[in-house]
Amino acid sequence: MEIDPFIFRLSIFILSIFIGYYVVWSVTPSLHTPLMSVTNAISSVIIVGAIIAALAGTSESIFNTSSIFGFIAIILAAINIFGGFLVTQRMLQMYKKKKDKKK
Amino acid sequence: MISANLAAIFYLVSGILFILALRGLSSPDTSRQGNYFGIAGMVIAIVVTFLSIGNFSSSLIYVIMFLVIGGAIGAFIAFKIPMTAMPELVAGFHSLVGLAAVFVAIAAFLNPDAFNLGIVGNIKLASLIEMSIGVAVGAITFSGSIIAFLKLRGIMSGAPITFSGQHILNLLLGISIFVLIFYLCKTQSTNIFWTVIVISFLIGVLLIIPIGGADMPVVISMLNSYSGWAAAGIGFTLENTALIITGALVGSSGAILSYIMCKAMNRSFVSVILGGFGADNSADDKKEKKDQKPVKSGNAEDAAFLMKNASSVIIVPGYGMAVAQAQHALREMVDKLKKNDIKVTYAIHPVAGRMPGHMNVLLAEANVPYDEVFELEDINNDFANSDVAFVIGANDVTNPVAKTDPKSPIFGMPVLDVEKCKSVLFVKRSLSPGYAGIDNELFYKDNTLMLFADAKKMTEDIVKNLD
Repeated sequence: MEIDPFIFRLSIFILSIFIGYYVVWSVTPSLHTPLMSVTNAISSVIIVGAIIAALAGTSESIFNTSSIFGFIAIILAAINIFGGFLVTQRMLQMYKKKKDKKK
Repeated sequence: MISANLAAIFYLVSGILFILALRGLSSPDTSRQGNYFGIAGMVIAIVVTFLSIGNFSSSLIYVIMFLVIGGAIGAFIAFKIPMTAMPELVAGFHSLVGLAAVFVAIAAFLNPDAFNLGIVGNIKLASLIEMSIGVAVGAITFSGSIIAFLKLRGIMSGAPITFSGQHILNLLLGISIFVLIFYLCKTQSTNIFWTVIVISFLIGVLLIIPIGGADMPVVISMLNSYSGWAAAGIGFTLENTALIITGALVGSSGAILSYIMCKAMNRSFVSVILGGFGADNSADDKKEKKDQKPVKSGNAEDAAFLMKNASSVIIVPGYGMAVAQAQHALREMVDKLKKNDIKVTYAIHPVAGRMPGHMNVLLAEANVPYDEVFELEDINNDFANSDVAFVIGANDVTNPVAKTDPKSPIFGMPVLDVEKCKSVLFVKRSLSPGYAGIDNELFYKDNTLMLFADAKKMTEDIVKNLD
């Protein structure tokens, strides 16, 4: 009997939870705020769904009900992607060691 | 145009890059590189999505346009936002992820053909279940984050909003979601789908309103986790590996942060969720006590004198420092002290501020090197050997009652042993209790000098007096 592809996806999902568990425990507490902003940015990879939905419209009707939701989702996710990564970058630039700060 | 298999492999690559992005955060040295990995992962995912659709109809130009509009708004926010506003920014971003998940699920429900999920009215059962879970969690994340945003921004009062029957109502709504999803799968009815979304929005609101300001670090972490699970739910619907991996990573990341925050407050996750903490004001009886106990208060001159004659100073920042934007003045004060060969370190309690790591970011912004900043367990033994503890904007996290009084609501919470210092300088506007609603014993200790003023103003005055 063939294994349902869902089981494979579920395996990936569960293994990723374990990876996440160990990786996140190793994050230093002083970087917990950048951790939250970067997880924010990467979870916006949901934009791939939004792009698929938006491109599903036909040439005659680019904007149908389904694709409009896709287009709005693109904006929302794009705000998050750019905002999330850039604000993380901005924060991480500020973390300096003792040596650098001598004037 | 690339094959589905090749696309799947690229999605896996971008998932791995996201793992590396989080891995980079294990140290500030590797963190910037980690962020680039994350960006690379995102670029791969987006490009592969375009390539795998291949059919570039005239919609493409609009897709790019919307992408650029969103990106510009995001970039603008990222550069403009002050670091003190980071908690509400993160809450706001969570709400966007939640809403995006809801919209993608709606799009998939209305046009399942585009996602290979079947046809309208006959969507594959598994897809429908995944979609409904994704949409429900996404909607809860959205409305919950909006409430958290309003509370953090101060538009809505941080005080818990409770009413009788609240928990039963939440429970009934929660059960109704499952019942509705069951019927949705049976009937494929569009109306039921909309109802699920509306009820989920309602749950999100009801879930967050009873939670008070001091519990915000838990709420933010929890919503972080939810946004991950919502993404994973959509990932299953779209059969997209990158999304499944990311959802799992973000979900567990938020869950771990919530756990760390709860532990730092010695509260169970359930009791935080049920809310109402800090609401009970048995204020009268506290006032009496206050009148009886003498408090020593001083001015900037006294504080400067004490610190000048110290050989080591530990600074304990809290939310009040963020509110007063005192981090830059604080840094100036520390520079002056260091010139006098006084050893200065910073002690940070895990729940200081309104989100995990909040204080660290603010200090980093003020150019405080991160190797002078220590976590609770690393520095707590040093208080006994230090001359001065400078508490600025923190309160409950220094309260010795947590160690001595089993009846106190914060008993058992790990606190900074500030009182062990030879002298304690406590910058605070008044004697009012903190978010936990309890009096701080530290105020009345013999070795405590209260500095009643705005944190920024007091710090600036001390700087003047240090010359």
